[in-house]
Amino acid sequence: MTDVRRADQDGAGEAWEMVVGLEVHTELKTATKLFCGCANLFGDEPNTRVCPVCLGLPGSLPVLNQRAVELAMAIGTALHCEIRPSTFHRKNYFYPDMPKDYQISQYDEPINVSGWLELPGGRRIGIERAHLEEDTGKTAHAGASGRIHGAEYSLVDYNRSGVPLVEIVSAPDMRSSAEARAYAAELRAILVACGASDGKMEEGSMRVDANVSVRRGPDAPFGTRCEIKNLNSLRSLGRAVDFEARRQIALLESGEVVVQQTRHWDEGEGRTVALRSKEEAYDYRYFLEPDLVPVVPDPAWITAVGASLGPLPGERRARLATLVAGALPAGAGGSPDPGVGADLEGAPGVSDADQEQISTVVDLGLDGLVTAAVEGGIPARLALARTANEAATDAAAAAGLDPRAYTSLLAMEVAGSLSATQVKAVLHDLLAGGGDPAELARARGFEAMADGALVAVVQEAVDSHPAEWDRYRGGEEKLAQFFVGQVMKATRGQANGKAVVAELERLAAR
Amino acid sequence: MTPVARITRDEVAHVAGLARLRLTDEELERFTEQLGTVLDHAADVASLDLAGVPRTAHAMAVTNVLRPDEPRPSLDREEVLRSAPAVESNRFRVPRILGDAP
Repeated sequence: MTDVRRADQDGAGEAWEMVVGLEVHTELKTATKLFCGCANLFGDEPNTRVCPVCLGLPGSLPVLNQRAVELAMAIGTALHCEIRPSTFHRKNYFYPDMPKDYQISQYDEPINVSGWLELPGGRRIGIERAHLEEDTGKTAHAGASGRIHGAEYSLVDYNRSGVPLVEIVSAPDMRSSAEARAYAAELRAILVACGASDGKMEEGSMRVDANVSVRRGPDAPFGTRCEIKNLNSLRSLGRAVDFEARRQIALLESGEVVVQQTRHWDEGEGRTVALRSKEEAYDYRYFLEPDLVPVVPDPAWITAVGASLGPLPGERRARLATLVAGALPAGAGGSPDPGVGADLEGAPGVSDADQEQISTVVDLGLDGLVTAAVEGGIPARLALARTANEAATDAAAAAGLDPRAYTSLLAMEVAGSLSATQVKAVLHDLLAGGGDPAELARARGFEAMADGALVAVVQEAVDSHPAEWDRYRGGEEKLAQFFVGQVMKATRGQANGKAVVAELERLAAR
Repeated sequence: MTPVARITRDEVAHVAGLARLRLTDEELERFTEQLGTVLDHAADVASLDLAGVPRTAHAMAVTNVLRPDEPRPSLDREEVLRSAPAVESNRFRVPRILGDAP
């Protein structure tokens, strides 16, 4: 990550500081659109989810979707906003993705105002507003060249027209690309936890625009900002923000000025470019939507929506951290499996690596697996590591795992009847098709590595390395790992490290 | 009644441009006069002491008109596209777009 803070060359001024605010649009996971009963479905055949309302046909009237309002209130609650009476406006502009030639949006009276989001590190980022609006249709540009600038005409699909959105506007409170990424990641986790969004940036169901400016130190007035669009991943967000801040610093240091404009992030080129836009500023002629009445949530409704919210990511991370911190250090009950030992040893506190695994698990919504496994007697660090490192590789399948099957698989690792490598292989099968872990293990032939077979392999490793064996018997315990490695090599990872160590100890004591 | 600054002909031309309306000189004159009369009427209201009167969002004193989140059938695509001036690949074909979406 690039840090734009750097010392002023002549020492006369303060170091540069970047200022970032984010505008995040999230599509709501409702069954229908915001103002009509057309299904809210992604990727359907073009123009099959349209009706007079979302096509803007004369005489049609919008009726507000109650579920969309409740999801907006849930988002407001999760972001500690004031939920207030709100109205809808028409935002007028001519663009073929809006068949009515206006978008219905909330303007000066949004449903949620003045909240905050706490980053995992504890810093709070202000939320200015989170309001409801409708999405636009999708345009594709066609023509001889196939590119937008050479396009001779455009093709429009209105399936997305009228899909409910919530736009969440942060305060300009972020001071680095790392904070911008952390904010977007945390907001995504919160939206998913609320059941409001699937949080898929790549598919466009969560879209992030960044407002970036730079200034001389934390006390200087804000500089002129640029808005960056087309950020399709957290990585793009981080890169774009860093690039833009450097671009603005270079302009200012060479005596030029930053022009307020909208810029497009080019992921391939790794830079932002000014959009070719019209000279005049847009004049949307907002006015109250006469076909909709105000939404006035009463306290009972707000309370009911808040009560339906499950635990939010911050709380869930804290829960996992408590489990990990409370885990007994390994070694108390015998030598740990070499595959897990590194995770299990050390202080009982929560390390940075633990935190990273905890964040991964919570972001993917897999913390239920970890807590179920721990309740089923699995050591917290093992449950966390297997979930963050293995189950997370196929998060969609892992979310559908039967927690009891998952727990019984990890229990086989704890009991030593399967090695770490074998558990990973069985988990792969479990994620791919479900089933009973014990049967899946048998199907893979993992039973073959029974104690009898292991004894022979260990004996062979000992016989082949007499010098190392003598040193091990002489008290160099770390050579146990050497023999475990030999046995793993001979069995292509199918042996159980714990069982190997036990057999070595048995032989040495003879 | 306090006469307020009337809307100018240039302002009417600007608003007409935003609404993509092409007006003749005669129409510009006429609409400037008519809109001025409308604004005079609004000025009557503005001259009242409305401190403490909450903003009215709608002519009807009704709130929370909501519908359940239950899907209803959409229109038949053939029927929808038949009404369009131009169609390609089951999409509406429109003139090429200059500039980017706001």
